[in-house]
Amino acid sequence: MPGLRLHLAVAVRSFRRWSTYRAATLSGIFTNSVFGVINAFVLLAVWRANPGAGGYDATDAVTYVWLGQSMIMTIMLWGGGAPSDLAERIRTGDVALDLYRPVGLLSWYLAADAGRAVFHLLTRGVAPTVVGALLFDLRYPDGPLTVLAFALSVALALLVSFAVRMLVAVAGFWVLDSQGLTMTANLLAIFFSGITLPLVLFPGWLGEVAMVLPWASYLQVPADVWLGQRTGGALVGGLALQVGWAVLLLGATALVLRAAERKVVVQGG
Amino acid sequence: MPLIEARDLRRDFVVHRRRGRLRRERDVVTAVSDVSFTVEPGEMVGYIGPNGAGKSTTIKMLTGILVPTSGHLRVAGVDPSRRRTDLARRMGVVFGQRTGLWWDLPLRDSFDLLARINDLPAARYAENLERFTSLLDLTALLDTPVRQLSLGQRMRGDITAALLHDPDVLYLDEPTIGLDVVSKARLRSFLRELNRERGTTLVLTTHDLGDIEALCDRVMVVDHGSLAFDGRLNDLRAHAGATRTLVVDLAEPGPAVEVEGAQVVRVEGPRQWLSFPADASAAPLVAALAARYPVADLSLQEPDIEQVISRLYSTARPG
Repeated sequence: MPGLRLHLAVAVRSFRRWSTYRAATLSGIFTNSVFGVINAFVLLAVWRANPGAGGYDATDAVTYVWLGQSMIMTIMLWGGGAPSDLAERIRTGDVALDLYRPVGLLSWYLAADAGRAVFHLLTRGVAPTVVGALLFDLRYPDGPLTVLAFALSVALALLVSFAVRMLVAVAGFWVLDSQGLTMTANLLAIFFSGITLPLVLFPGWLGEVAMVLPWASYLQVPADVWLGQRTGGALVGGLALQVGWAVLLLGATALVLRAAERKVVVQGG
Repeated sequence: MPLIEARDLRRDFVVHRRRGRLRRERDVVTAVSDVSFTVEPGEMVGYIGPNGAGKSTTIKMLTGILVPTSGHLRVAGVDPSRRRTDLARRMGVVFGQRTGLWWDLPLRDSFDLLARINDLPAARYAENLERFTSLLDLTALLDTPVRQLSLGQRMRGDITAALLHDPDVLYLDEPTIGLDVVSKARLRSFLRELNRERGTTLVLTTHDLGDIEALCDRVMVVDHGSLAFDGRLNDLRAHAGATRTLVVDLAEPGPAVEVEGAQVVRVEGPRQWLSFPADASAAPLVAALAARYPVADLSLQEPDIEQVISRLYSTARPG
């Protein structure tokens, strides 16, 4: 693939760009750690009252909290990242200049977001996890295969989250002010990713639905892989769900991008 | 073979107007209407017109990000909107009010990425980067993030970015907008040199007629979507019915002089102002004056280009 080196270069520069925000990174790590402690105590209280809720024990629940804190920025649970740059370029019209480049927007921004995600994983992913590990008793993967599956699951989570964020950003070609849409998308992600409350605690049909929505790929599936809740068929099923959403949503994003390009070029809007 | 060939180029836009609560009315607005022109390699063409005249629409069609409604258009032998990415390797585009640089990255990183996008050989890239950054005085700024650059510095960065891949044609949309006098002058001399050394074709839209006077041998004036004028800058003056003024200082005050081909428009003591058509020569006029009157001094005032253009807009306007 001739564009591979270019995209690698894009990813490396994106990594470097995010690494220049040192103060933001440090204060982010601090915030993640504080919220990790608070949420850990909240869930510990829940599990003291109701041991074994959702098939987790108290250690699983606390581990879930710290995994959640480390994933917030890595997969941009609350929106942002490279697709936000695109949204801004659409809003200002600078995107017209991107259309002159002999490179597709989707792969370009995916590379940029991947570079960013690696930076956030190494800083705002690892650091709060270390804090959590020092303060609490956590559960760790039971073998290298689980670690590998977890890594794969996080990569897929990034793909799904990237596709959702891109779809929202590209909507800016049609919607003059995409802020409302962005806010709605972020709220859905906050609720259905399980960052506020693990999806395993969602009752009845709501839980069943939430478990197969795209947002389940963000945190619940990778966390369950880490915790050993998903092994064998369930592991394959979880990864397959992520692959399915990633393919579907990236395909949709590619189609919408093509439509947007057509709209700009043919309709002149 | 001309580099750009446009025949009966037309672009309509469909606009929806709200009428009442639910009804929408469909209107067709013609932004560019049956424009024809050709541009030869190495030309420097100024494309001017009032706001909303269709300049940007034309540039968008030339660069392939807008499909013409009808007409024939070839740039470097290809249909721009169908072969946009192929053409992208042969053209550079600079929009004064937009940037193609990456906001949070050092200038050098944007250039590196663009060189990779365009598969530029390393040696060529190094040579061009060195040349353009030294000419445009950017060398010291290469490691500064774009967001920290001033408007003029960013503009020079965008121009470097548009030229790194040795394009045959450079489109500049309002390149000097917001720049101070010194930056403008530096940019103009750079563009002149680029054209002279590399034969790069320049197509430039601007509201600053100083750009046109400094750079362009040829001007196209567009108004209401049609070409109101296409020719040399000097001919534009004549075309618009512009006049030149001969200021004559006589040895002593007297009545208005009488000379064929010119009219006295103002008398102030020994000084008199004579108006004559811009395309006529001043030489016979001066000779006739000197033969008949005691002339102490003479000076010639060229018509102000701004005046010429505004005159052209108002005459081209229907109604």
